[in-house]
Amino acid sequence: MKVTAKDVAYVADLANLELTEQERERMVRDLNSILGHVDSLSELDTSDVPPMAQVSDRFGLDDSRQGSDRFAYASRDDAPEGLRKSLPHEVALANAPDADGTFFKVPKVIEK
Amino acid sequence: MDLRNLTIDAARSAVAEGRTSATALAESYFSKIESDDPAIGAYLMLSKERALAKAAEVDSLVRKGEKLPPLAGVPLGIKDVLVTKGVRTTAGSKILGNYIPPYDSTAVARLETAGAVVLGKLNCDEFAMGSSNENSAFKPVHNPRDLTRVPGGSSGGSAAAVAAHMAVATLGSDTGGSIRQPASFCGVVGLKPTYGRVSRYGLIAFASSLDNIGPFAKTAKDAAIMLHTIAGRDPMDSTSAELPVPDYVAELEKSIQGMRVGVAKEYFGEGLEAETRAAIDSAIQKLASLGCEIVEVSLPHTKYAIPAYYLVATAEASSNLARFDGVRYGYRAQGVTSLSDMYRRSRDQGFGAEVKRRIMLGTYALSAGYYDAYYLKAQRVRTLLTSDFVEAFKKVDVIVGPTSPTPAFKLGEKVDDPLAMYLADIYTVTANLAGIPGISIPVGNSKANLPIGMQIFGKHFDEASILRLAHAYEKTR
Repeated sequence: MKVTAKDVAYVADLANLELTEQERERMVRDLNSILGHVDSLSELDTSDVPPMAQVSDRFGLDDSRQGSDRFAYASRDDAPEGLRKSLPHEVALANAPDADGTFFKVPKVIEK
Repeated sequence: MDLRNLTIDAARSAVAEGRTSATALAESYFSKIESDDPAIGAYLMLSKERALAKAAEVDSLVRKGEKLPPLAGVPLGIKDVLVTKGVRTTAGSKILGNYIPPYDSTAVARLETAGAVVLGKLNCDEFAMGSSNENSAFKPVHNPRDLTRVPGGSSGGSAAAVAAHMAVATLGSDTGGSIRQPASFCGVVGLKPTYGRVSRYGLIAFASSLDNIGPFAKTAKDAAIMLHTIAGRDPMDSTSAELPVPDYVAELEKSIQGMRVGVAKEYFGEGLEAETRAAIDSAIQKLASLGCEIVEVSLPHTKYAIPAYYLVATAEASSNLARFDGVRYGYRAQGVTSLSDMYRRSRDQGFGAEVKRRIMLGTYALSAGYYDAYYLKAQRVRTLLTSDFVEAFKKVDVIVGPTSPTPAFKLGEKVDDPLAMYLADIYTVTANLAGIPGISIPVGNSKANLPIGMQIFGKHFDEASILRLAHAYEKTR
């Protein structure tokens, strides 16, 4: 078995998921099943193949430029208000599970 | 008005010519939804106030004899992964069960500027993760053609609404086939545009390099009208292409004589169900009889598409879904002992099983020690898959094949086997990895009267050719 219960616990920590015991068991099974299938990728020799993080890596580039400037339309001039005004404070807080009119409220961060 | 015959042109002209008001038209769709949707489950939320306000606006323009915008009075539905200001948007998830967006997605804003009437928000698999609409946290969607079967996913509600005449057209999203596959299962037209053709601003992100917004409609022409309305550069989405938007409707009527249509042998191997194969073969013969040149092509890396997709998509999803933490919006767990506890419990309680599975897979694929073997490897395979298409498109103008290996399966049939569910995406994920456009059009029915769809892939930014071919095929039906 490739993925163990310990791996699942570690990854769940990274992903900030409090999995139940049942979920953890199911996850070991499912991840192994999927990763088993995914292993077929190792059949391919990709030593000379560049990775492709996004579609615009293959087209829409301005090759006369360097680095990320090649993505010709990825940046714009810095403007004071940006593209539009920011959300008003109360609108930004409107969906908050807990707020005091100024801040989002959450449980204590620092335990002592 | 018989809603079953309403295309965008028919609806718009009925309103423009005064045969019905936009308000009456919207009301008749709301009646239809009220009577038919309980059995189907396509809509999660209706936006009656917003719809009727827009309809009243359109009716006022008609009364004053003013020029009407291109979608004036046309009733549409919107997949619930697209934010609508003031109207609850959930992405099919309990973690956003009460989320009221403070802004509109660009695609929706453009449709409304064009006069469209937004009827409501459509059901989908949670965070667009699924191929059957069984992963919605609220209720599954039933295929209008056979209520015991799935409509496909993740845009199951969007497909079903068009198939059941509960909207003239709808918007969906497609990350691995989520527009094309449900279109195929429900017997309607579904278009995934080129990546970057339509702004993703306001689309609740699943996988940012794979996500696309696109229309469902009854006809290729309606899909063309919808695309024309929503496409184009948006400064709010830096991945939206700075390229002019063709007049897709005008392009439809151009000749398809001599169009080189590729047939990829890898799409016709085992696993393709017999009736589907027969329907596609028959459709290809029809294209030949219309004057197309059928050319065999090869997409040799096809079998690696699913593993590559499920690594890239889940890795990107694990990052995109990290924002759902119970702090600023969405579900927050009660009775927690610390901030960390709040994050972990809110996410475990708020997300459904499939979402958690994908977050875990993606996190694993990106974690130290595994990043190279999984995520980076998948990115290299993505380059190979894309090259397959670039090479093939040197010999052909479009590529056709089945949208799905089978017609719609039964509800509950694949829920316990996530891998089996994933493998059904074999024909659709390639387009998302390569960024090319694809459309699914109905080409026949199985003996059990289930719709079968054919997919047409095009070159980057060549939606005009795939729409044109779809339109030409449609005219022969």
